[in-house]
Amino acid sequence: MICREVTEFLIEYEAGSLDPAVLSEFERHLGRCADCRIFIVQYQETIKAGRQACAEQHADAKTEIPEELLRAIMVAIGKVERT
Amino acid sequence: MAERGRVESTAADEQELARGLRAGDPEAFENIVRTFGGRLLAVTRRILHDEEDARDAVQEAFISAFKARKQLQAEARVSTWLHRIAVNAALMKLRSKRRKTEVAIDELMPQFRDDGQHYVEPLVSWVEPADVAVGRKETADFVREAISKLPDSYRMVLLMRDIEGRDTEETARELGVTPNAVKIRLHRARMALRQLIAPEMQKRAS
Repeated sequence: MICREVTEFLIEYEAGSLDPAVLSEFERHLGRCADCRIFIVQYQETIKAGRQACAEQHADAKTEIPEELLRAIMVAIGKVERT
Repeated sequence: MAERGRVESTAADEQELARGLRAGDPEAFENIVRTFGGRLLAVTRRILHDEEDARDAVQEAFISAFKARKQLQAEARVSTWLHRIAVNAALMKLRSKRRKTEVAIDELMPQFRDDGQHYVEPLVSWVEPADVAVGRKETADFVREAISKLPDSYRMVLLMRDIEGRDTEETARELGVTPNAVKIRLHRARMALRQLIAPEMQKRAS
């Protein structure tokens, strides 16, 4: 297996759905290729970074919607409904 | 039924609100706006750092949600669904505000020498784990801005799969594409995002 193929098989590797024979080749490649090991770690870290940057838990649950914004939204929805 | 100004909701409350929403009941929709509007405003403020833009994004998100209400799956939580729609509305606004165009996805894929055996540029490790780096506001902003640059069809899949936690089949149904297309787009979106955030993550490492 070559580096390009590692990046192609990576999504199935992450999902745990690689065919056992391919998995064995994949892991053998990782054993000898530092670049691919770094690439996989960064791929996994990217998923975490995206998830955390957009995470729901950071939103302040105590915030209330200003009444004028709520009214503006309901007016806009009314227009959408009529069209 | 949700009470005025109420901010917490149970799964049962959400199911009731979702039923009203799917039925196009204006009272149910107003309850949804009251229940989740404040939380969504906090999300868009965090992404946009501008009160007027944040409010516009919330309004756009609710209009999108209302138009797409029939796509809300019976088993999905309204709060998570709205969260993703609001994040997307804010990212779109961020992209237009900065006058940035979306990036060409092919240019962000890993590049190899002709034999496919070696990366064109050697890879440099990121020393800090993502949760530490993204714990800093400027890095979190950098990552969100990078997501906003992804082409729409890739960004939507990334948001639904990685941010909203939907499965491949659900994402495919909602976007009207095959599950295989969802898998391919997700993989390419993640690789493109890796490439976009690498300079920031390497800068922290030095």
